[in-house]
Amino acid sequence: MSLNVESTPLTAVLAPPPLRLIDDTGHAVAESESGGFALPAVDTLLGLYRQMVIARRFDVQVTALTRQGRLATYPSALGQEACEIAAVAALAPQDWLFPTYRDSIALLTRGVEPKDILASFRGDWHSGYDYPRHRIAPQATPLATQALHAVGLATASKLKRDDTVALTLLGDGATSEGDAHEAFNFAAVWQAPVVFVVQNNQFAISVPLDKQMACRTIADKAIGYGMPGYYVDGNDVAAMYAVISAAMDRARSGGGPTLIEGLTYRIEAHTNSDDPTRYRKTADVDLWRSRDPIERLEKYLRAQGALSDQLRDSIAAAAEELAATTRDCMTEQAVVDPLELFEHVYSTPRAALAEQRAFLAAELDGDAAASASAPLNGAISGTNSEESTR
Amino acid sequence: MSPQQTLATDTAVRAPETLTMAAALNAAIRDAMVDDPTVVLFGEDVGPLGGVFRVTDGLYAEFGETRVSDSPLAEAGIVGTAIGMAMYGLRPVVEMQFDAFSYPAFQQIVSHVAKMRNRTRGKIPLPIVIRIPYAGDIGGVEHHSDSSEAYWTATPGLTVVSPSNPADAYSMLREAIASDDPVIFMEPKSRYWSKASLALPVQTEPLNRAVVLREGTDVTLIAYGPTVKTALATAEQADIEGLSIEVIDLRSLSPFDDETVGASVRKTGRAAIVHEAAQFGGYGAEVAARLTERNFFYLAAPILRITGFDIPYPSPKLEEYFLPTPDRILAALSTWEWS
Repeated sequence: MSLNVESTPLTAVLAPPPLRLIDDTGHAVAESESGGFALPAVDTLLGLYRQMVIARRFDVQVTALTRQGRLATYPSALGQEACEIAAVAALAPQDWLFPTYRDSIALLTRGVEPKDILASFRGDWHSGYDYPRHRIAPQATPLATQALHAVGLATASKLKRDDTVALTLLGDGATSEGDAHEAFNFAAVWQAPVVFVVQNNQFAISVPLDKQMACRTIADKAIGYGMPGYYVDGNDVAAMYAVISAAMDRARSGGGPTLIEGLTYRIEAHTNSDDPTRYRKTADVDLWRSRDPIERLEKYLRAQGALSDQLRDSIAAAAEELAATTRDCMTEQAVVDPLELFEHVYSTPRAALAEQRAFLAAELDGDAAASASAPLNGAISGTNSEESTR
Repeated sequence: MSPQQTLATDTAVRAPETLTMAAALNAAIRDAMVDDPTVVLFGEDVGPLGGVFRVTDGLYAEFGETRVSDSPLAEAGIVGTAIGMAMYGLRPVVEMQFDAFSYPAFQQIVSHVAKMRNRTRGKIPLPIVIRIPYAGDIGGVEHHSDSSEAYWTATPGLTVVSPSNPADAYSMLREAIASDDPVIFMEPKSRYWSKASLALPVQTEPLNRAVVLREGTDVTLIAYGPTVKTALATAEQADIEGLSIEVIDLRSLSPFDDETVGASVRKTGRAAIVHEAAQFGGYGAEVAARLTERNFFYLAAPILRITGFDIPYPSPKLEEYFLPTPDRILAALSTWEWS
């Protein structure tokens, strides 16, 4: 039961080396070590690089906004960009993504506007984007529950003979949940076109993986369900993209589900209210910072002559532009009508809710009459009205 | 529920036949599946076996594996995958087999089925029916006789209904399947074998309405599901003793039909509610509280609850001491001051 905090966690000691296509130093691995997966084309890798850089800038920006007290919370995915971006890049337009609260950069990469991603974190509503348009489910907070939704949607796609595949993102801690087990099992039994991408960032808030499970890897569990499992270097976007894409193809062609584990690291705290110094060493964080997924790909692309200083700067500029857009959307007055509280609970109107709505409306009218100088919307969105400073 | 949803069934009106509640439920699912190709059915043993209560008998043979399937034995999985199917345009009807076996699905029901529509501002409705055979009086071993309705009625976002007779069983299940809202459909096990002559497709009162089953002038006796029969028997017995009891079958537990029940209570001035579930924090507490709040000046006496005791559901040899009976109900009514 002793906690291995000296360098790498216990699971990594027991586990075989993860599949990778580009190593820590930015070199392509030998073909014999590539597990039969081809390195994606340079143009593809360049696209992934661009998306990772932009996603990181967004993540850093939103973390800063949270530290300024302007968002209720934000679970960062800093350091996990390879898993997040590879998963989204492997989706076809008709596919559905089932993300968790930590996967905001996946939403961003799939085209959701920053203001819509932040709607929940700044407290406007529990979730705030156009799900059918982006084909992204709401970010799930109860762990692993969304994996079952993904299996259900994939099964419906199969029943309708569509070619839609569902991909769900999970964390390592979530694999301890019963719903994860049920999702893996239902998917395998029903041969559902679904891909499970587990981002093993090694901590469930503070609890390390060796207190979640006693097996070598999460990917090993796939054997027990009767589906393929892959243990992949989650900081190697090339490998993540290649393995996820192959799994998506297999699912689309009737080959059933796949479980993919990306070994990565949560560089930031769980959320802004967490203090990671209580459960992990700075040296560990520094070690994983040195395995940065973006730097690794950058080294490779530069060695290939595919990433000039000019191109790198233009990508950085695009990232800065997105950061500015993200800051700007915080200065907009988010008007949330309190009477909307009653609007969406049921599709069929209820008399009792109509009564309660009328009660609140009367209360609001009373407030407005009592204090004409403090209009309702100012009171509700006042916390979001400060000017941006960063 | 959409008021008076047309049950636009392709199936022609059939000759009257005697049907059990189980058979009426079976016919409702079948007709819904004939009418709407997006209706799918799955759960534990609902396939070739036809369900442990035979409610899904013959449907696997008629509609095949793509519409009717046995699922792995995992209730969170059943409800969780139903959510995903509903997101992709299907209308899943799922079975929990027994009341107490719905508890593994509690998180999926409470955190997602109930909240998805609100969370997504109406962009993701979940037209799912979760059938739960519930309550006792069948000599069941532990975990087979729970009345779990209050867990569901305490959850905003769920519609919770319970038929008490074969005609309602058919009509209410058809309407539940046609609804865009998720419905917890609670089937009283002890009434599965009750019979009625029905010319299907029968359409009774709308899903969200209570009905006055028997008119009376002295007392309003409120029941639902398995205790409706008990309430009617109580009214019969009381009639002999010169007490006129009005019996209301709630049918819908959430929403609660304040209009119908309130009108009856204002007429009689006395009300009691009967259910099998334990009293403390039970559904009857909500009924008594809201009727009192809204009708206090019409009431001649406090509203009574005649319910199961505040204990876990007992073993078969002891359940007769637990379940509300006409005698126990009449004894409770006699504690009122009658002037």
